[in-house]
Amino acid sequence: MSEPLLNVENLRVVFNTDSGNVHAVDGVSYAVNPGSTLAIVGESGSGNSVAALTTLGLTRGERTEVSGRILFEGRDLLALPDRELREIRGNEIAMIFEDPLSSLHPVDTVGHQVMETILAHRAVSKAAARDRAIDLLERVGIPDSHRWVEAYPHEFSAGMRQRVMIAIALANEPKLLIADQPTAMLDVTAQAQILALLEELQQQLRMAMIIITHDLGVVAEMADEVAVMYAGRIIERGSTEQIFAAPQHPYTWGLLKSVPRLETSRSEELVPIPGRPPSLIDRPSGCYFHPRCPYVRDQHRRVDPRLQPVPEAPGHVVACLLLPPERKRLWEGLEAGRTPEELRDSQ
Amino acid sequence: MDRLTAEAEDDDLQMASYTVRRILRAILLLVLVSVLTYVLFTVLPDANPPQSVAPGFFGYMKDVFLHFNFGYNHPSHQSVLSLVLTRLPATLSLVAGAGLLSVALAIPVGVIAATRRGTRVDRVAMRTALAIISMPVFWLGLIVLYLLASDVGKLPILPGANSYAGLTADPGQWFKSLILPWLVLAASQAAIYSRLLRGQMLEVMDQDYIRTARAKGLSEQSVIWRHGAGAAVPGVVTALGLDIGALLGGAVLTETVFRIHGVGLLAYHAVLRSDFPIVQGTVLLAAMFIVVVSLIVDIGNAWLDPRVRFA
Repeated sequence: MSEPLLNVENLRVVFNTDSGNVHAVDGVSYAVNPGSTLAIVGESGSGNSVAALTTLGLTRGERTEVSGRILFEGRDLLALPDRELREIRGNEIAMIFEDPLSSLHPVDTVGHQVMETILAHRAVSKAAARDRAIDLLERVGIPDSHRWVEAYPHEFSAGMRQRVMIAIALANEPKLLIADQPTAMLDVTAQAQILALLEELQQQLRMAMIIITHDLGVVAEMADEVAVMYAGRIIERGSTEQIFAAPQHPYTWGLLKSVPRLETSRSEELVPIPGRPPSLIDRPSGCYFHPRCPYVRDQHRRVDPRLQPVPEAPGHVVACLLLPPERKRLWEGLEAGRTPEELRDSQ
Repeated sequence: MDRLTAEAEDDDLQMASYTVRRILRAILLLVLVSVLTYVLFTVLPDANPPQSVAPGFFGYMKDVFLHFNFGYNHPSHQSVLSLVLTRLPATLSLVAGAGLLSVALAIPVGVIAATRRGTRVDRVAMRTALAIISMPVFWLGLIVLYLLASDVGKLPILPGANSYAGLTADPGQWFKSLILPWLVLAASQAAIYSRLLRGQMLEVMDQDYIRTARAKGLSEQSVIWRHGAGAAVPGVVTALGLDIGALLGGAVLTETVFRIHGVGLLAYHAVLRSDFPIVQGTVLLAAMFIVVVSLIVDIGNAWLDPRVRFA
């Protein structure tokens, strides 16, 4: 197997705030291979964005404690001084964000915002950078881009703004693109267009991608691998086929059963996950998911599960205290349209 | 392509319509200000000095708006307008210089305090600013004269009171004589703008587009000064434009303390002598000046920041 492009090892990020230490990322490990796509899935506040921002050093600060390693082509990004990390940002690793309007500078032309990224990393003339900016805007699907370079972000639609963000991110042909909920603020048509554009550009540039999302439709369409995060930890990780065909964690089941899918019959009710993600300051004892888990047993409140390989599924790992045959029975029951309550009572 | 041309035309149209609306509002404001000064200085005072004969309201409005006649000063045999115009260069030098100086001082202080929030640098800067805001202009002026003026100061290094020379007459003396008045008049505005800019910077630096700037791999200097200050400073310049009234008020005190023969000192003496035509004329002209400056600030803002036009 080829060497991973990005290898995150036991990453921890703690924010010291006035109300206590926020354990935003708590011992997370994942790898991204060149040209492949990893989806990081989880509700807001489960630490998935923080892990991504930390990769670019964007969470650095006096009140942030970071430990672990983030190896990018063998170099530990966490150990790099700011200056060297800046050479990687926007150049070898780029990022796009959820809200394209607030992420673009309101009083600067889009052309200049693209040019600036080029000029920060390449020794080219302003005129050359401008020509490249026009090319990039054209390439991300902004027609007549030479006329739009002088326009301001507020003159664009939301989908067009996200295209501008993508042009900025791809300005230096990065090896890795981190997309933090790239379609969350867009209408459905624009969502589909942006995802198609990302896929097309990924293939052209052979770049790897990390997509942070809570939209499982995005995951199914884009991802090669999926990591499910809950309360700052990865609780399940596997290939996209594994996660969709044989999910192992009750939280993953909850995510899958709370959104409609094409094969969902009309009579089947969507089941929301009860409760809310835990506070990252005072985390639950035992399994972090136990307060919301329909299948909780007494020992789950005391024992903290580690990621374990799933039998007969290479590369698939899960942190769940239920035994594999039990998990199989529960998931098959859910797939057959039974509710968590029925399944719990019949165990 | 057609759509873009149409949008560009739309944009020009929007700008034109905004400008026209804003000018109409300014004219209305000017009329209201004239009515108010007429009421204050012609109707209300129970004993007008004998040399001035109060004109009727419409005669007065006609004089002001059609003939630019703001009254006549009999002792000097000059119109109020010409008295004001001779004194104007000194006041403009003082106010413009102090305005520029206040922003020039506020930008580094506000930006550095914001980027070092909570540190000793921030605390010292903000407490000093608060202390300066609390100092009355005339008091600060006297203290500065006492400390630094070349005639009466403990450390006589700069020209003090009564040393002003016109820019064209003696540029060197003009500059030197204005250093202390500029500092005195700019001090409290600079302190106010430092605090304002610090607040705006803190807000701006939390915005998503600052995160984008960092994600592009720009240097922290560029993130702070170009992206951060670039978005925060226009707010302070707007504040300066709207505070021109406060600067003019401060100019009356500064001119009085430093004996600069500007419009402020003219008004001050006129008040002491109950010379109503001059008081009325200077107040009205000052009010007009403020209205025009804020008009320019608003239109300039709309030109710089296209979002304003739609407001």
